[in-house]
Parts: sequence; structure tokens; C-alpha cells
Amino acid sequence: MNATTKSIVEFKDIVTQFGPNRVHDGVSFTINQGEIYGLLGGSGAGKSTLLRQMIMLQEPASGIITVLGQKINSLSPSQIEALQLQWGVLFQFGALFSSLSVLENVSVTLKEYTKLPIEVINDIAHAKIKMVGLPPHAAYLYPSELSGGMKKRVGLARALAMDPKLLFLDEPTSGLDPASARAFDRLIIELKYMLNLTVVMVTHDLDSIEYALDRFIILHDKKVLIEGTMDDVHNSQHQALDTFFNKHKS
Amino acid sequence: MSPAKITIKKNDNSLHITSSGDWFHQSIGTIYNQLKQFDINPQTLSVTWDFSSMEKLDTSGIMVIIEFMRRFDASRVTFTYVGMKPDHQRMFLFYRKNFINAIPNTTNKNSIFQIIGKAFINISQGFIEFNHFIGINAYQFWLSILRPSLFRFKAIIKHLSSSGLQALPIVGLTSFLVGLVIAYQSAEQLKQFGASIFIVEMVSISVFRELAPMISAIVVAGRSASAYTAEIGIMKITEEIDAMQTMGFEPHRFLVIPRIIALMLAMPLIIFFADMMGIFGGMLIAKGQLGLTFSEFIARLHTEVPIKHILIGLIKAPFFGLIIALIGCFRGFQVTGSTDSIGKYTTISVVNASFWVIAINALISVILTELGI
Repeated sequence: MNATTKSIVEFKDIVTQFGPNRVHDGVSFTINQGEIYGLLGGSGAGKSTLLRQMIMLQEPASGIITVLGQKINSLSPSQIEALQLQWGVLFQFGALFSSLSVLENVSVTLKEYTKLPIEVINDIAHAKIKMVGLPPHAAYLYPSELSGGMKKRVGLARALAMDPKLLFLDEPTSGLDPASARAFDRLIIELKYMLNLTVVMVTHDLDSIEYALDRFIILHDKKVLIEGTMDDVHNSQHQALDTFFNKHKS
Repeated sequence: MSPAKITIKKNDNSLHITSSGDWFHQSIGTIYNQLKQFDINPQTLSVTWDFSSMEKLDTSGIMVIIEFMRRFDASRVTFTYVGMKPDHQRMFLFYRKNFINAIPNTTNKNSIFQIIGKAFINISQGFIEFNHFIGINAYQFWLSILRPSLFRFKAIIKHLSSSGLQALPIVGLTSFLVGLVIAYQSAEQLKQFGASIFIVEMVSISVFRELAPMISAIVVAGRSASAYTAEIGIMKITEEIDAMQTMGFEPHRFLVIPRIIALMLAMPLIIFFADMMGIFGGMLIAKGQLGLTFSEFIARLHTEVPIKHILIGLIKAPFFGLIIALIGCFRGFQVTGSTDSIGKYTTISVVNASFWVIAINALISVILTELGI
């Protein structure tokens, strides 16, 4: 990373509490522009909670979160909307609107937030659908007619509809067969280069971790165990790291 | 943010297009309309598009450029572009690779005959499926009769409570208000004829025979048919029903039979409660408007209103319970795939159940009248 890197997401001393149960105790990390950044950790370590805090679905008990240069706990409704249009979110099971066709799912934000002519909106939506590797006729299917992998691709196309700078992925390869999972990883990497994206993903998939991620954090025992690249992990001698990776490898 | 701009210079047989500003979706609509209005002259041989003063570009901008490039291609014009920033060019080429001529949507075009035909097939299919459903349940019921330990007594009690006991407040209140209104409306008329005492027959016969059973059945249809459809539908979507089947728990025996039995047992009790509440409403008005005391009212009820009117109301109850539970469960099993089919089938289930309750009531009324009861 050179000196000109810009931080896109910054977490500072985040504390998260569910009732008496403390999930994060002083979590800090920084995501730079152009990275594919992973949030890792065992089940229940609070990875998804961190992601939900970034996209403003949940609030931490204390700490400061900065996304795209804005402190998100003190924004006006119009600032929130402006921020939301700059990111795209892919949920674990796609979270497609079941009453809309694939084409409508992808174009729904374009119709709502832009004044583009409908021909251009349809062109954009069809291109995004092709871009994520779906066949052209899929545009007119409904979510109930799609397989799990296709739903994820449609969810990705929908997340990319407004040309976001920042893409959030919640377990993008879970539930996919190994070949499709690698294809999905390749797609993410290609899109990152083509569209200048910064990608944040929660993942369990060890192959994704090695193949797709530039940097990541591993959460352990309410704190950040390590932040860095795969090489940093190999050089580190931490006991918990071994269990984390061995558990996945075995 | 500077808006997108475009200038078009025409020479003898070439065009020179220059774009500038931010080619973002906010202002690209006007560019699109501008370009759409201009026709490519047949004499035009070449087009040069200069992007060097374009600041920013998003997908909508790219789409407009691609759209017009394709038009130039179609009219055999040589097209060249210059000055595109490397970032833009990378995105542009990527989208050009992914641009497709959208295939038309062929899925939703039905002629009137197809619509009618499909509706007819759906209805007949639904009828066959419903008979099949009744058949399965009758068979399971028969098996349970042969081995009574197969009955799920706990589930029956649970549904008795949730569909019967918990329905009492709303059924009671509705019936009370209806009894009140019937008495109130007739009190004035009867007074004019000096036939005030007939308020007792007026209220009790109409409430016992028709009103209490109908009101109870319709309220229960709204409460329980929808609940059954939603419960079973969700179990179907989450594959709980498949899981039950693999463990040897026959879903109809576990889910449908207990609901049917519970509702058939609960309906007469609910209706009896509704009878009492309706009569109580009538008594209040009789006392307030006509000065008839409670004991006079009840004494006349004993002497003048035969018990058969209550029995006629109660005899319909199990039929109502059966049809409501059958329809609610049947629609629940029809739920497939997506979550919005739950909403769809819940609506259908309530509408069907309410309709069939009214239809059965009419049928029984005709039969009883023909029999002279």
C-alpha cells in the first residue's frame, strides 16, 4: 500500500452490547480504498454485527464509525440517503424482493433515485445482469424460480445498480458449490478492478480468504486478534489463529 | 457537479461530437433526448467522439454512449473515439462487453382464451386437489379411529384453546352488539303495534337460528382459517413438513386432524356462548326501551320459544368448524416457494372459508325449511 491510500471505512474503539452480553470490546480497524477486506472470526464472534453497523442497520454502544469520510452516528436523514446511494449490499440469501422480477429487482433503485429514461434504465439493468454472469432470459424470472447461487448473483447485480463505490457482501460464497464459489470470488475481483470498488465481506470460506481477500481482521474474544494479510497470519504464532484456521481446514 | 454537455459539429460528411462535464445519471437524461432527436444524415461517413473534457462517467453515461455507437454501426458510419481517460475506458470496454440487446419478455403475454383456459384448469385442478386432500384426511382419520392412540390429544387441546377459548371475547362482543341492535331496531316498531312483549321471540329466534351461528362462524373463519393457512404455509416453506414426513410423522395426522377435531368441538361451544351474549344484548334493550324486566324476558323465553331453535343453530356448528378447518389447512398445504405466496393463500383461505360458511348455512336453512322444522 502506498502513501496515497485513502481510508474508506474506519472503526474506532467500537463496543457492542446485547443486554448483559458484550460482543465487541474496543474493536478498531481501517479499510482502505480499493481493497477486498474480510471480516473473519468464529461463529458468534460478531462479524455480521460489524457489517450491520457499517451499513447502519445496528448501532454500537460506543465508538466512532466513519464510512466514506462521514461519521455515521451523527448524520441527517438526507445525508444518510446520500451515503446509502454510494454503497451496495449483498445479503446472505440475496434478500430479493419476491414480488418483483429479476429485472425489476435490479432496476428498482434506478427507477426510484434517477430520472433516466426507461430505455436507459433497462439497458443498465440488462448489462448488470449479464455482468454478474446470468443468462439474458433470467431477467424475467421471479426470485422463487431461481437457485441459491443465481439469487446471490441477482443480489449482486442489484447492489451494483447505482454504481456504488463500496460493496458489502455477507457470506457471498456460503451455500455455493466449490466451483461456483471460486467463480464468484473471481467475479468479485474482476468487478473490483473494472469498477474501482472497495469490497467488504464477511466470510467463512477459507479458499475465499486466501484467494480473494487483500487484507482482513480476525475477531476473537471480543477483540481484533489480528489485522493484516495472509502472510502476517503465517508469520504470527498465536494459539487462537491456529485453532481458527485448523478448524476450517480439517 | 457540472452537468453533462454535448456539442455536435457537422462538417460535409463527418460529425464531430464533443462531450464534457460529469456524465452522471443526474443530467444524462437530457443528453439522451438530445441525441435521440438528431438523425444521422445519410451523407455522413465518419463520426469522431471526443471525450477529453469529460470529467466523470457512470453506467448511465456509458449506456448512452454505447446506444449511439450501435446506431452509428447500424448506419455503417466509421466511428472513432479519442481522449477517453484510462479509468473510463476500462469501465467503458467492460460494459460494452456486457451490453446486450434485451430479449423481449415473452413470459407474460396471454390471449384472453389462454387466460380463461388457465383459470378453468386451475379451478378444476384445485377441485381435484381439494378432494384428494379430503381423501387423505378421511383415511388418516379412519386409521386413528382404529388405533385411538394415533390421535394427537395434546394438539387438539392446544387448538381448542387457541381457536376456541381465545375466540370467545371477540365473538361474544360481536354477538352482544348484534343482539343489541336487533332489539333496538325492533323495539320501536313493536311498540307502535302494542306488541312489545314479542321482542323476546324477535330477538331470540333470530339470534339462535341464524345470527349467532353466522357471526361466530365468520369471525372464526377470519381468525382461524388465516392462522391455519399461515402456520402450515410457513412450515412448508421452512421444510418442517418435509422433515416430519421423513421421521414418519404423517403431516395430515399431526397438523390437519387435530385442527379439524378441535374446531368441530369448539364451534358449538362458541355458538352457544354467542347465543347467550346476543340474548343478553336483547334483554338490556328490552329493559331500557320497553321496561321488560330480565325475569319476565326469561320466563317468556321458556314458555314461548321452543328449544329446537337453539338446537338448529348448534347443529350447523360442526359443519362450519369442519369447512373452516379444511379450507384453512388445505390452502396452507398449497403454499409453495416464496414468502408472498403465504399472503396470497391466507387471503384466499379467509375468502373461501367465509363464503362456504354462508353457503352451508343457506343450504341447511333450505333443507330444514323443506323438512318443516
